[in-house]
Amino acid sequence: MLEVHQLQCVRGDRSLFSNLSFTLSQGELIHLHGHNGSGKTTLLRALCGLLEPTAGSILWNGESIRLLREEFAAEVIYIGHKGGIKGGLTAIENLQIAAQLDGSPITTAAGWRALEEIGLYGFEDLPTKVLSQGQKRRVALARLLVTRAPLWVLDEPFVALDKDAVAQLQGVIQNHIADNGMVLLTTHQEVNLTRGEVRQLALGGENHRD
Amino acid sequence: MIKTLWTVVQRDLTLALRNRSDLISNLFFFIIVVSLFPLGIGPELETLRLIAPGVVWVAALLASMLALERIFASDFDDGSLEQLLLTPQPLPLLVVGKILAHWLVTGVPLVMISPILGIQYDLSSDVLWILVVTLLLGTPALSLIGAIGAALTLGLRGGGVLNALLVMPLTIPVLIFGAGAVEASASGLGGEGHLYMMAAILVVSLVFAPLAAAAALRISVE
Repeated sequence: MLEVHQLQCVRGDRSLFSNLSFTLSQGELIHLHGHNGSGKTTLLRALCGLLEPTAGSILWNGESIRLLREEFAAEVIYIGHKGGIKGGLTAIENLQIAAQLDGSPITTAAGWRALEEIGLYGFEDLPTKVLSQGQKRRVALARLLVTRAPLWVLDEPFVALDKDAVAQLQGVIQNHIADNGMVLLTTHQEVNLTRGEVRQLALGGENHRD
Repeated sequence: MIKTLWTVVQRDLTLALRNRSDLISNLFFFIIVVSLFPLGIGPELETLRLIAPGVVWVAALLASMLALERIFASDFDDGSLEQLLLTPQPLPLLVVGKILAHWLVTGVPLVMISPILGIQYDLSSDVLWILVVTLLLGTPALSLIGAIGAALTLGLRGGGVLNALLVMPLTIPVLIFGAGAVEASASGLGGEGHLYMMAAILVVSLVFAPLAAAAALRISVE
């Protein structure tokens, strides 16, 4: 379970949000709303430990993520604006190296299966720099199919994807929720994630919770 | 742990070998700088023998400073650095892997080409041998020390120059003992003392530099 207490983040000399508290339990999804510049990406980066919040605490199963550090890193997968895909490596190499470093190595066969599932059949062994924006995105998202991390932090995961891929990704996210996973995501697109518990969290101005 | 290190090294070596222009330009920079001195100074063997250690070492220092700019930059740009920070692996270990791969593609070629360049300075074979040993001990230390600066200046505009300003003073001991060992052995004094000192610098930087670079990376990514 992820607990956020009285979180405040300041960028430059502007306070993006303060006194932000919420919890995310197993089988829940939080859809983070907010206008551009309201601090959605900052919040997500703080939640996965990339950024130190100015005030407040983030607890994972009751312990601070600052103290857990590597243990927490094994439990979370973050897919940001930049996908973290190396253009010089092929899709399968990218996926296998990421899985290896994430501590859950996959076989080549499993990698090929995941890439085929995400719609990259025939593109597995091309350097990713020759792929389109949407295809690169799919390579990054393929990690979701092979990861064992329970907490998914997704920053605009639907950007650059076509309709089919959006539908498929929604399916992947719903399955993860159904498996007692946890998802935190931001998106400006209309997304219907009907199965499981979906909560809305708005940033900017007042912090409403429900 | 070894597996993680190997994964990072292999990843960076694969990337470097697929993008060879960086690698070659660095080596050519070294070759050209070292070769310019005999051309500029003229064929006075006495003078050339005298300046050889200093020139080769300064060129090696500049070449590794130039190359270091790129050690984390591409990972920073495409977001894979964030992903490295979020892996459950100890970050200093990943940094060691990156530095090792970087040294293998930028430092080792310099070491291997140096005896051939040394011939232009009329160095005897014993002295050439010492030159190779000093570079072999010194270039990894330069990479390790330089990685701290590269991590600190990541994402800054004009980071390369700033990095050079930050790191160059720290590399002075390596330069002094590296060039000193070659000089001492050329004048018949024996450079062993200098070599031990360089080995010590290498060990100390191997212990502390990855920790410092890892801390700097965390700050830069924020």
